Amino acid sequence: MSPLPISRRALGAGLALPFLARAAHAALPARRRFVVIVCRGGMDGLSVAAPLGDPDYRPLRGALALGDDALRLDSTFALHPQLTAIHALARAGQARIAPAAATPDRARSHFEAQDVLETGAGGVYAAPSGWLNRAVGALARQGKVEALSVGATAPLILRGPAPAGSWSPGRTIDAAARLPSLLQELYREDPLLGPALARGLATETLARETGAGARGMAGPRAGPAQGREVARGLGEALAGFLTAPEGPQIAAVSLDGFDTHANQAAAIAPRLAALDALVDGLHAGLGPAWGDTVVLAVTEFGRTARANGTGGTDHGTASTALVLGGALKPGGVIGDWPTLRRQALFEDRDVYPALDLRSLEKGLLAEHLGLDRRTLDTLVFPDSAPVKPLTGLV
Amino acid sequence: MAANPRELDAAIAVTRFGLGAQPGEIAAARPDPRGWLKAQIRPSGAETFDTGGETSAVRLAEFRAYRRARVMAESADGGGADPAEAVRRFVRENAVGDVQNRIRLALQSPAGFRERWALFWANHFTVSAVRIQVATLVGPYENEAIRPRVFGRFADLLAAAETHPAMLLYLDQAQSVGPNSRAARVRNRAGAGRPAGLNENLAREILELHTVGIDGGYTQADVTEFARALTGLSLARPDEPATADPVVFRAPAHEPGGRTVMGRHYPDSGEAQATAILADLASHPQTARFVCRKIARHFVADDPPPALTARLEAAWLASGGDLARVAEALVDAPEAWDARPSKFKTPYEFVVSSYRALGGAPRGPQVSQALNTLGQRPFGAPSPKGWPDDAAPWAASDALVKRMQVAQALGAAAGPRVAEPASLAEAALGARLTPASAAAIRRAESRAEAVALLLMTPEFQRR
Repeated sequence: MSPLPISRRALGAGLALPFLARAAHAALPARRRFVVIVCRGGMDGLSVAAPLGDPDYRPLRGALALGDDALRLDSTFALHPQLTAIHALARAGQARIAPAAATPDRARSHFEAQDVLETGAGGVYAAPSGWLNRAVGALARQGKVEALSVGATAPLILRGPAPAGSWSPGRTIDAAARLPSLLQELYREDPLLGPALARGLATETLARETGAGARGMAGPRAGPAQGREVARGLGEALAGFLTAPEGPQIAAVSLDGFDTHANQAAAIAPRLAALDALVDGLHAGLGPAWGDTVVLAVTEFGRTARANGTGGTDHGTASTALVLGGALKPGGVIGDWPTLRRQALFEDRDVYPALDLRSLEKGLLAEHLGLDRRTLDTLVFPDSAPVKPLTGLV
Repeated sequence: MAANPRELDAAIAVTRFGLGAQPGEIAAARPDPRGWLKAQIRPSGAETFDTGGETSAVRLAEFRAYRRARVMAESADGGGADPAEAVRRFVRENAVGDVQNRIRLALQSPAGFRERWALFWANHFTVSAVRIQVATLVGPYENEAIRPRVFGRFADLLAAAETHPAMLLYLDQAQSVGPNSRAARVRNRAGAGRPAGLNENLAREILELHTVGIDGGYTQADVTEFARALTGLSLARPDEPATADPVVFRAPAHEPGGRTVMGRHYPDSGEAQATAILADLASHPQTARFVCRKIARHFVADDPPPALTARLEAAWLASGGDLARVAEALVDAPEAWDARPSKFKTPYEFVVSSYRALGGAPRGPQVSQALNTLGQRPFGAPSPKGWPDDAAPWAASDALVKRMQVAQALGAAAGPRVAEPASLAEAALGARLTPASAAAIRRAESRAEAVALLLMTPEFQRR
């Protein structure tokens, strides 16, 4: 698949051939960008995209059912009223929903399900690194590729052998201080701290150049009222990185707070507003580069189809995944809608998992980033050959 | 490095088991490092921190009264200040003092092992201020339910944590109602408001996080059955007469009938039904296994030696879950004294150990601000699972740059007070200080730089 007459391997490993490295870089789909948003806590898919046209929706949901202010997608689905930017994208053919998507995990535990979601494995603790990290590793064999996570801690989805940077808003470092280079010397033999610091310093330099630092600044005490602004700023800052000449093409962001066991209507609105603002900030910040971008928003599991006794919902199975970006082909709902008929519910309580999230992820990695089927079936999503990539998305 | 074994053990006792060395602490532990640790184990548990004398009952009543007053003021004048924002400010003002006092306790405690042991259990039974309703209760919860019991029986600690008002609110138990209970029938017949019913959050997290663990062998049916057994356990409503203890058992909300949880049958005995299940979970061998591995992981290595876990488990089972015996077994375990510093410090551990090494009291919210920057807001764990305890999430590249900035700020502030950086490093790390780090600190161009370097050495970043 390489356009080069001779492969790099044939020339011998370890040989420094900068002109070849440049050529290999060109072999990667030009400046394609891929962003994964992990919505933690078990995002209620039926609140993201409500099946207003499903006759069982209102009886099951009662007071939690979305009303007339929901944003219509088609004759069945409507987005939560807070998702205005995403709705506008959907109308432009740049946002689609997968309303019954799930990982292969069925334990309804946040922590196990997040592990499976992020490792991309068929079961819990089956892989020690994240699928996005392994995808970066596979892409790196074709050419230079950078990855970045946003937040104070590194999410599992980007942890692993392939180097990935991380960034969170804050002060920029004093470029004149000697400390960074003294520490790099002290960490030379340290397999954990050495590479991490080098990468962190490189990201800081990039942040200074793109002005991301100033845009991402937000007080740690920001209340929900400011949540939308903060999330938008974060989206714009991330876009700054993604459009920088030496910046990352792959990124992961986490949004917390989706575990809505009680008083869900009030609890979920600001979280969805933040999700919408993050996407809006990315869209605005990327400018023309939005056309080469795909954004995937996923959660570890959906919630019970019925409202529980405390105005909320408990841990469930399938949820709604969102696929966005200027690189998408327009289209309707992704995957089947199993409906909310009682016989169709999973274990008489949850939205039935009609789509394995890995097919969606594989499809995007294949069509958008050019990863081959074998790599996807074995390396990125181990032992997943029966899970076919979903095609026609990009 | 051919350090004298007792020198090394003294440094390990203070920096790995404890919270990091205050000046002179390693020397104090040197004659008998194991004895020095065991002397910190005591039946009365860990010290509590100052919450302005306010109990959780008082805080709960205050929060409710304040919120009600704000909402009424809002509906009366139909505008003005955002009542939700006012409530948040009220909560912040209440909780900020607790956080500072808890940090001060960690900075000043001469019993760092005892304090670390308490912090471990507070994290195991996490109640997070992320939910505004419980934000002012986290401090009193830790003082009332956790700290007095950390060297007692696990069963007592478990019962106290799960039935504390903060936990009942945090994991939604307070509102859970048996679907076939009298209370549900009355409420649902009246048709007023939303239908009453079950909330399984607390039951699930007790099984998954606090006792037998995710591989403990329970099913969704066990979760639901346990949740039914827990119904009735609730809080007094604001309109009910105030009592010293806001926790109440509402017999009419309790789901009638016997329950089966993990293969054992529990006849309907009202409040005693959930108590019996909790007691059985506490003594379940899978609980011993799950929790002992977590202790080994916290104290020794992200992937702890199985022999260590086995020792702790044996002490747990032989003593019926006596946590003082488990703590002693940890001190006695040879695996716990591995010379390699393999645990990467969490931000809380890094900041606390830095201040302990440098001496001097931080001003106002300095420490909280540093912790916010480093991603570990005190009392603000992101989920009921608590803060992660392994290196991977904390050793991200950005996190390391932020640590460097914190170290620079601490160096700039403390540097001028430091007479001799080399001896400061020696006092902070003892025999764990490597020649390479000592040389780098000696060669620093300023005291501020030397201090920042010390705090960022590979061995100070770990324990």
